Amino acid sequence: MNLESLYQEIILNHYKNPNGKVASVDSPDAVHHVNPSCGDEITLAVEMLDGQAHIIFNNVGCSISQASASVMFDLCESQSVSKIMEIEDSFLELMQSRGQGIADDELLGDAIAFVGVSQFPARIKCALLPYMALKDAISREIEGVSK
Amino acid sequence: MSLDLSAIKSDFPIFQQKVHGNKDLVYLDSAATSQKPNQVIDALTHFYRTSNGGIHRGSHALAERATMLYEDARSNIASFIGAEANEIVFTKNATESINLVAYSFSNATAKKQQGHALSDIEARFVVGPNDEILLTEMEHHANLVPWQELHLKTGVQLKFIPITDDGYLDLETIDTLISERTKIVSIVHQSNILGTINQVEKIFAQAKKVGALTLLDSCQSVPHMPVDVSQLNPDFMAFSGHKMLGPNGVGVLYVKSDILQDLSVFITGGSMIEVVHLEHSSYAKGVARFEAGTQSAADVVGLSAAVDYLRKIDMQNVHEHGLDLTQYALEKLQESRGVKIVGPQTMKERGSAISFVVDDIHPHDVGQFLDADGIAVRVGHHCAWPVCRRMAVPATTRASFYIYNQKSDVDVMIESLQKAQKFFGV
Ligand SMILES: Cc1ncc(COP(=O)(O)O)c(C=O)c1O
Repeated sequence: MNLESLYQEIILNHYKNPNGKVASVDSPDAVHHVNPSCGDEITLAVEMLDGQAHIIFNNVGCSISQASASVMFDLCESQSVSKIMEIEDSFLELMQSRGQGIADDELLGDAIAFVGVSQFPARIKCALLPYMALKDAISREIEGVSK
Repeated sequence: MSLDLSAIKSDFPIFQQKVHGNKDLVYLDSAATSQKPNQVIDALTHFYRTSNGGIHRGSHALAERATMLYEDARSNIASFIGAEANEIVFTKNATESINLVAYSFSNATAKKQQGHALSDIEARFVVGPNDEILLTEMEHHANLVPWQELHLKTGVQLKFIPITDDGYLDLETIDTLISERTKIVSIVHQSNILGTINQVEKIFAQAKKVGALTLLDSCQSVPHMPVDVSQLNPDFMAFSGHKMLGPNGVGVLYVKSDILQDLSVFITGGSMIEVVHLEHSSYAKGVARFEAGTQSAADVVGLSAAVDYLRKIDMQNVHEHGLDLTQYALEKLQESRGVKIVGPQTMKERGSAISFVVDDIHPHDVGQFLDADGIAVRVGHHCAWPVCRRMAVPATTRASFYIYNQKSDVDVMIESLQKAQKFFGV
């Protein structure tokens, strides 16, 4: 089995030096997502300013979930909701590709390195955890604003 | 006596394969589920090939043969734990066994509220906000969540015996934790995550003094050591066949016979009745009352074959082999740089499941590395999330042993751990 395809250099770098992670997230609008099979957790909040999403998060978990959160932050910070949704959809597609990758991968930047993860069914949830939290936080933020 | 390990291992066909191309399978996850010997697999197929029929229904040759095999299996499994056949209820697994007991509380409470007459036994199962259920902080979710549901339905209060920092039950306050308010004390015998073997005799004796019922979750003890209900004296005991070489889909609930005859029913329908009318029914006597619907007869017969297999090796030998491996693994892990054992650090009151954490490598990543070398361990919170919180770890890696493991399995694991540490640069 090819562990190198799972733990690519880019992933290990993000794991060791994550971007966007803060010591604690105090926002009342923060969402908390967990992966009940392994105990990975993320607390994440989004603030929309002039149509751009500003993300903060704190997490504990394995290298894949930690690196995935860092890459997601790089891709999605200060982006519009529609762009973020596009990124989320592509990343989900990548995770379901069983190691094949996807045709249009420009959108995903460093996240392309996660293609190896898609061959390890037990780890796909780890990589998706931060994206699920972001999606949830954005929909809450949007609902909150329209109220 | 040491076990004939190569003869034992050759009984388990699963070890004939290589994993991930060319790696020998090193199976260190028996606390989750055990592997099955040919003797058990053959008993299953033999039942289906020769004896399959509806048990306790019909009077043709096959139905009678199947019923006989099923009831013989009940006697055999009963004697394995020092019980009588009329005290053994078959369920789907230990989780269902514990739910049966929790539901006998909510069902008796609901019947009382409807003004129905209760037997003296049933009356002991009526609970409300002034009553308490005593558990420990060490429980598997299976012995926690059913009681949380009972709390939601009846208001009964949950209390917990705390864990010490080194992973034992803290019995300092037991005299105040067990009181007249306590209706049942439900405790794990051997922790599936810490490996601790709890000294339940003292706790149960205290419970009996105040008239509380007792339940022992023996999922991790019955497969690994001699367990005799006449010595431990619980009112209920739950375990799963699949962790003791038996098939999936069959669990056991031991119920003391004087309680069993009047206990409220749980799952209802066919096979558990005496007389049925459109609007009401009376129920069968004895264990049949708790075995509604068509039972998993072949699996029960398979579990009986597993019991025969273990009995032939002798449970004392099984236990000693587990302790040997545990001691060896504890030493090797303690010698390893950056590895910390979560749970008892010595062999004192400890069985063959060892949880550990590796500095700066998350258990999920540890497990991935071990898996690449053909080693199966469990990672995560092992269905005991509150234990992880109490021990201040997000998750652990757990190695657990059984009769088909040997010391070289531990060596392979230690080597693989070192590879993971090198890879992650720690
Ligand atoms: C201590 C303990 N209790 C209960 C259970 C639940 O067993 P099952 O999943 O077979 O119902 C397990 C096994 O996971 C266990 O280890």
